[in-house]
Amino acid sequence: MSEQYTYAVARIRALEVSLFSNSAVDQLIACADYSQCIQFLQERGWGDSDTPADAEAILTREEEKIWEVVRELSVDMDKFDVLSYPKLFHNLKAAIKEVCTEEENRHIFYEDVSIPGKVMLDVVREKDFGKLPHNMQAAAEEAYETLLHTRDGQLCDVIIDRAALEAVYEAGRQAEDDIIRDYAESTVGVADIKIAVRSQKTAKSLEFMKRAMAECASINVDQLAKAALSGMDAIREYLSGTAYAEGAEALADSPSAFERWCDNRIIQTISPQKYNAFTIGPVIAYVIARQNEIKTVRIILSGKLNDLQDDSIRERVREMYV
Amino acid sequence: MSIWSDLGIVYALLGAAVAVFLAGAGSAIGVGIAGQAASGVVTEDPSKFAKVLIMQLLPGTQGIYGLLVGFITLSKIGLLGGGAADISVTTGLLILAACMPIGIVGLISGKYQGKTSAAAIGIIAKKPDQFGKAMLFPAMVETYAILALLISILSVTAISI
Repeated sequence: MSEQYTYAVARIRALEVSLFSNSAVDQLIACADYSQCIQFLQERGWGDSDTPADAEAILTREEEKIWEVVRELSVDMDKFDVLSYPKLFHNLKAAIKEVCTEEENRHIFYEDVSIPGKVMLDVVREKDFGKLPHNMQAAAEEAYETLLHTRDGQLCDVIIDRAALEAVYEAGRQAEDDIIRDYAESTVGVADIKIAVRSQKTAKSLEFMKRAMAECASINVDQLAKAALSGMDAIREYLSGTAYAEGAEALADSPSAFERWCDNRIIQTISPQKYNAFTIGPVIAYVIARQNEIKTVRIILSGKLNDLQDDSIRERVREMYV
Repeated sequence: MSIWSDLGIVYALLGAAVAVFLAGAGSAIGVGIAGQAASGVVTEDPSKFAKVLIMQLLPGTQGIYGLLVGFITLSKIGLLGGGAADISVTTGLLILAACMPIGIVGLISGKYQGKTSAAAIGIIAKKPDQFGKAMLFPAMVETYAILALLISILSVTAISI
């Protein structure tokens, strides 16, 4: 029924007012130092009254607040799978590495996902991959065996990252909502481009790229990988003929401009949801926008901590949703 | 008196029922949709209560229009005064037809006005100073309910008993 998200969307509209606009981000950049930035964030209601005046604590609390709101909206949480897959697959990656290297590390797992760290560790330790969701099983087994036998951590990462991209794409393909489809398409497309750019810089082989890239409709993986072999100009030339032509321009500017474009592209994909009143779209867009906002604030804060010039911080700052 | 001749008053009463029932249902749906949106906004910002309440009430008018036509019909056929008029089947059907516009248009416009109100509540959530403009969008839907009300009242009063 089309009215089932009416309450949720109206509440999200009210919450969008407190999202950072581009001018609020400018104000944050204009703060003299790190402590002033923290004060600015606290004045804007970031963190809670008992949250320590520390960037990581505030940002973690803000991330938690996103999901607290979403849970209160009583919407189907399956719709958010597409957003939680990267965290879920990260947990798998971390668990496999921890089991294979027999090292114990703290704070390497995300706990706000369907399979938290401890459960994931048990699954990997017992090699009981059948307990994992269907789209993780094969990748988990392959990555585990690969890391155990070759000790090649990067290959393990590649296998799991590709499986994560495929899971996102599949969730998008099966979704009824346009935003999930568009988000999945953009996410996989942008990820493939990132792989191509990084592989070109580190002179990876065609086989490696094909193993890392996931198929999607907006990018021809074969052509992109071959372009990456020929050089950065070839990547730009290929991109200029696709829906990601702006990425080619960003690549020409600087690496940080390209990274910025990758995130901006996702925000552009979700922007039409600002004018949608009756679907899950604005809720998903809000979650992505909040995550983007937190990421931007993290970039600014680390820039301030490391005494970066305002201009070089500004170059890295992402476009805001509102 | 045969059963067929008695049907006149039944049709006339059915007309009043259709006006009240369909237009009222339209308003109930519309006010319900707008109410969900209003609750969403008030959850986050209780200071906007008055503005969103007005928006929620806009789709409520169809029910009142249906009630009005229902009253006129009941008084026309004498049921309100206690003595039902002797109404032929033809006249009964005419009254039923006269009640149809506000019934059907009330149902449809009530639902869509509710959806428009819900969308307009989104405007108030983000830009409360644009309340006047936001109210105009659902008010546009009202036009057609008023046109239907006009035709229903004119028709019911024009039928001679």
